[in-house]
Amino acid sequence: MDKILTRNIHKENSQSIDVYESGGGYEAMRKALKSLNPGEVTEQVKKSGLRGRGGAGFPTGLKWSFMPKEKSKPHYLLVNADESEPGTFKDRLLMEKEPHLVIEGSMISAYAMQADICFVYIRGEFVYPARVMQAAIDEAYRKGYAGRNILGSGWDCELILHIGAGAYICGEETALMSSLEGDRGYPRVKPPFPAQSGVWGMPTTINNVETLACVPSIIERGPEWFASVGPNEKNSGPKLYCLSGHVKRPGVYEAPMGLPLMELIHELGGGMLHDDRPLKACIPGGSSVPVLTAEQCDVNLDFDSLAAVGSMLGSAGIMVMDSSTCMVNALLRISHFYSHESCGQCTPCRQGTGWLERILTRIENGQGRIADVDLLKSVADNIDGNTICALGEAAAWPVQSFVKKFRPEFEAHVEAGKCVILDAAPSGA
Amino acid sequence: MFGPEFERKVDAIVARYPVPKAAVLPVLWGVQHHRGWIDAESEKWVAGRLGVSAAHVHGVVTFYTMYKQKPSGKYHIQVCTTLSCMLRGSDELLGHLERRLNIKPGEKTPDERFSLVRVECLGSCGSAPMLQLNDDYHEDLTLEKVDKLLDNLP
Repeated sequence: MDKILTRNIHKENSQSIDVYESGGGYEAMRKALKSLNPGEVTEQVKKSGLRGRGGAGFPTGLKWSFMPKEKSKPHYLLVNADESEPGTFKDRLLMEKEPHLVIEGSMISAYAMQADICFVYIRGEFVYPARVMQAAIDEAYRKGYAGRNILGSGWDCELILHIGAGAYICGEETALMSSLEGDRGYPRVKPPFPAQSGVWGMPTTINNVETLACVPSIIERGPEWFASVGPNEKNSGPKLYCLSGHVKRPGVYEAPMGLPLMELIHELGGGMLHDDRPLKACIPGGSSVPVLTAEQCDVNLDFDSLAAVGSMLGSAGIMVMDSSTCMVNALLRISHFYSHESCGQCTPCRQGTGWLERILTRIENGQGRIADVDLLKSVADNIDGNTICALGEAAAWPVQSFVKKFRPEFEAHVEAGKCVILDAAPSGA
Repeated sequence: MFGPEFERKVDAIVARYPVPKAAVLPVLWGVQHHRGWIDAESEKWVAGRLGVSAAHVHGVVTFYTMYKQKPSGKYHIQVCTTLSCMLRGSDELLGHLERRLNIKPGEKTPDERFSLVRVECLGSCGSAPMLQLNDDYHEDLTLEKVDKLLDNLP
């Protein structure tokens, strides 16, 4: 497959509008605004099978169709550029190297939903990507791709970069809205869904950067083409895979949806970091999704294939662990993250994530009790499903899956009072 | 409190949003860029300027990790130690910096040249281990590279 999302990244000045336009950039936007009405754009995205690249995998066109068809109030599109899920670094690459692809996709999508303002919410740590994006936004305004009467269509839409200030939770779409409104990043109960009552109570849609970057190719090459990339129309399109951990060549790789995980690790990623340390485990979709044992890694990286083995594609942050990894320490690091990032609204998450971290800390430090292994599961089970947003599940799933699949190692760690590195339980049970 | 030029910047920020409260985060960024950190007086000023309570502004400042509630060192070093970085040696990197600077995470050198913090995932997992020095990412680090980086700082 030729590269779609990373077509220009190796060109000099790939971030400039001239380079982007000379490679056919903004033609899709021109086509959409001149020959399709907003509803037709949404229909094409529906037909393409595009599913959200931020983590949940919700069908994008369907999400857009929840926006009111008749406009009685301002509409908003929020570009979720808060990329914070551990193991995920693809949106940063797009914003640094292909900012105009992100902008073109965002503006076509904003047109489909007849948005009045498109806000790009970028995490505060991304100082350089934000600088590149702002320069690209300024160029887009100068060329008439944003602002008043865009490309002579009569449609007005502002494009505004909004910089976060350090909070993982703001990647959750309702927390992002709270943060944009000038509040603490507290998630909100759904319903009402953002399309009914979103930011400032107005119809709002929130999409991930990579999701929006897929849109120009759907308009340019057609929804049938997009649906044909990958295993089937429910798992379709080009995809960015973020490979990290114990591999020789970590990085972002573009390949069709459904890339075999072992091909990513051994071919694109150059194989395991140390030749004498085999694969032990892999987290396939950012740190919140259930871990896979080595024997479960013979799987394709798409939504349904990973669901079939009890995990998720999530944000496609693939974290590879070799045989030297202590699973207690690895899980402690994950649990520390979610404890640190819990917003504190819901008691099960605020308290439970802290308990998980403290129990794991005492096991790691040799002060664990054998009952702690069941206690970890019990605390995780009591968070799972009992919180406003999915951070609760994000904290619970790693614990549940690590304990289930590597239980002998947790027990041995407790008994020995130190790291005892073992393989997964037989058949990953 | 911050001068007419800053006031004009605030006006431009407020104009971007349907309601002034949305400007709380960007204006706080402006304050931090202007004076290096955010004190209680600044919080009150932002509150008055945007028509929200000082308690609200303080709540925002304390919720987000990047607003500095005390001045950092001239060089603020943030080391990511989340899983992907840990797998690639971030603990060794952090330990090396602690020994070299003779401070613990969360502390500042007595000459206020360096401050060191341990932070959560910075989205640089494919180029681990890494650190953020003030605004800039430094990636694919080794202990030799980080020594060279610090040696060459003005």
